[in-house]
Amino acid sequence: MKLRKFALTASATAVVLSSLVAAPTVLAQAKEQFFPVLVYRTGAYAPNGTQWANGYVDYLKLVNAKGGINGVKISFEECETAYATDRGVECYERLKGKNGGATVFQPLSTGVTFALTEKAPVDKIPLITAGYGRSESQNGAVFTWNFPLLGTYWVGAEVAIQHIGKKEGGVAKLKGKKIALVYHDSPYGKEPIPVLQELGKTYGFEVQLLPVAHPGVEQKATWLQIRQQKPDYVLLWGWGVMNSTALREAQSTGYPRDKMLGIWWAGAEPDVKDVAEGAKGYSALTLQHGAEPNSKVVKEVLEQVYAKGQGTGPKDEVGQVLYMRGLLSAMLGVEGVRKAQERYGKGKVMTGEQVRWGLENLNLDQKTLDSMGFAGVMRPVQTSCLDHMGSSWVRVHTWNGSKWEFSSDWYQADDKVLRPMVMLASSKYADEKKLKPRTPEECKK
Amino acid sequence: MLYRENGQFKTSYAADQQIFPIAQDRWAIVGLLLFAFVGIPLLVDEYLLRAILIPFLILSLAALGVNILVGFCGQITLGAGAFMAVGAYAAYNFHIRIEGLPLLLSFLLGGLTAAAVGIFFGIPSLRVRGLYLAVATLAAQFFTDWVFLRVPWFTDNASSGSVSVSNLQVLGWQIATPVDKYLFCLGWLVVFALLAKNMTRSAIGRQWMAIRDMDVAAEVIGIRPLFAKLSAFAVSSFFVGTAGTLWGFIHLSSWEPAAFSVDRSFQLLFMVIIGGLGSIMGSFFGAAFIVILPIALNQFLPAFGGLFGVTISTAGVSHAELIVFGALIIFFLIKEPHGIARLWSTAKEKLRLWPFPH
Repeated sequence: MKLRKFALTASATAVVLSSLVAAPTVLAQAKEQFFPVLVYRTGAYAPNGTQWANGYVDYLKLVNAKGGINGVKISFEECETAYATDRGVECYERLKGKNGGATVFQPLSTGVTFALTEKAPVDKIPLITAGYGRSESQNGAVFTWNFPLLGTYWVGAEVAIQHIGKKEGGVAKLKGKKIALVYHDSPYGKEPIPVLQELGKTYGFEVQLLPVAHPGVEQKATWLQIRQQKPDYVLLWGWGVMNSTALREAQSTGYPRDKMLGIWWAGAEPDVKDVAEGAKGYSALTLQHGAEPNSKVVKEVLEQVYAKGQGTGPKDEVGQVLYMRGLLSAMLGVEGVRKAQERYGKGKVMTGEQVRWGLENLNLDQKTLDSMGFAGVMRPVQTSCLDHMGSSWVRVHTWNGSKWEFSSDWYQADDKVLRPMVMLASSKYADEKKLKPRTPEECKK
Repeated sequence: MLYRENGQFKTSYAADQQIFPIAQDRWAIVGLLLFAFVGIPLLVDEYLLRAILIPFLILSLAALGVNILVGFCGQITLGAGAFMAVGAYAAYNFHIRIEGLPLLLSFLLGGLTAAAVGIFFGIPSLRVRGLYLAVATLAAQFFTDWVFLRVPWFTDNASSGSVSVSNLQVLGWQIATPVDKYLFCLGWLVVFALLAKNMTRSAIGRQWMAIRDMDVAAEVIGIRPLFAKLSAFAVSSFFVGTAGTLWGFIHLSSWEPAAFSVDRSFQLLFMVIIGGLGSIMGSFFGAAFIVILPIALNQFLPAFGGLFGVTISTAGVSHAELIVFGALIIFFLIKEPHGIARLWSTAKEKLRLWPFPH
């Protein structure tokens, strides 16, 4: 009896709920450019993921408040991945066909990027991985659908060594030095290793690899090793709670914070806020921008989105480092669509394939960037068929105990070092997958 | 009225021993298989195939494997994720290092390697049992995590430690579209589920169950614990290993050790506990519960909130999903400690008497 009742209620609710899910998909058939938003607002990496997501969504709202992309409004939907690859893949499958098809995916996870790299060419949806993802995917001839815009981990590693070399008074002085890499033990953390080893051979410094297991709260053993072996510099390739833990451990082992240099994912407010004074002197690379609360675009977001009560996150976090990263990522996607409209028809909804062309022919010069409110935030970026990265400008900023301040000039990654590695790795990938790299003629199509 | 065996006479041993002794059951299962092989590919969209049905099939296979060890032989394991990883990475290495090796063969070799590793990590079961054994198998989990992260040979020196496969072909059949993948996994699962069912009904399955129920008594009546326990570990690891192979090759096609983390081991153990220990059917129920429910909740909650004009944030949905999921697990464990499979068999019993229960 009980069982029957239970079965009846269960099936009844199932029917009601399934009709609910079916309904909204029918309604949302309007002419809108659909941006799927893969985020993680829960889990071990939530403090960092949330800010990125807020920036991303806020920029999409800002574009809509300004009238859309040449009149085409943006629709978007979030899906929670919790930084897990299988959930990320599920989200991708869920959103890729919704509302007329996804424009572009930005998974904000190197693991998910690896999985989606196999799927994107089949579904013909571009993948923007601004500042993360596969480093060799810079080669657009092989990785047609990947766009590691603005920088890859190889760029990060190369610039980090440039910066350390400069601090030491020339890369020649790096000979015999010890540089430790404290990294998140995942594809993300392992990406810089080949470049560091290559540069180590060239300049004669020793690379020490110190992996930290997910999620990174247990680092006592790692820092004990650092105390014993006293590396001259520590590169921090962490994410989420791993970064603040590393800084705390550095503080307790007495490792000088000014000898520590983080990647751009280890240089935001959530990483240092709780350590505050203890992180003073710690530097991190930036993906061009730092915390930019005074930039024009942030003011626009505050005026046109937050003033109307439509802000996604807390107002005081607008303009922080990871918020800006999310905002910038969304901007790149939107500009890809705008560029595609120039060729395929202004005011029309673009398909994934058309957006891919737009991203491949992206050309944002300083004047355009300034007019969009990105003056001082980022430098021009121009992509091509062979170069899906566009630019590799990096600055370093330092935590002064209460905020991030720029502490270096602009660096640019040395193409002479990286390009051969990119070509080698991508041709290995092409061989494995039996892909034929695109020829210059195919690129023009 | 409709579901009873009156009038179905068995005139041979074969008829008496078949898996589904009741004709209605046989027809139902034939219908189900027909629907799964023909109906679903025609009806279902890509999302359902790729995001729900394929993971469900693969994890069902893994749950079957875990159920053989935990449910039938009574040896608790927390290392299922490890054996999935061994299967996946072994098959990957066979696949890329031996030119021209048929894919099916590398899958089977992956499973066999997992079986060998399973036997090795099963050795402690000869001395320790219960929770202590669980801890010993946990060692397998951490060991494989470490090996596949640290030893570059296993990942073909991939700089990021992530491996990927593509252009999968079985006997000239290109497994590319979601429907291909689904059918391949389904075929694989059907073959191995049949194998598992028959194994548990045969002498070896009886040995496992005797060991589970009381190992001293089993030894007294002449069952060798060494053989029984290690064979359970081997068979279980083989199943779990091939499931790992499918998970890597077919479902993810690019993976890292995190895909087979300790979370996966727990997930698989929960599947067999919730689905029903010592029940082949239960493995499927458990897999369905764990794979489909979170995704369904994740999609239903926003729509449900929308009904009352409430927008639930992404994080809110995610938290609610965990709360509801956890509550349901507790509910099922209290209401039916023998798992969903028991609910199913109770329902069948009732159906036999329906509509005259007295």
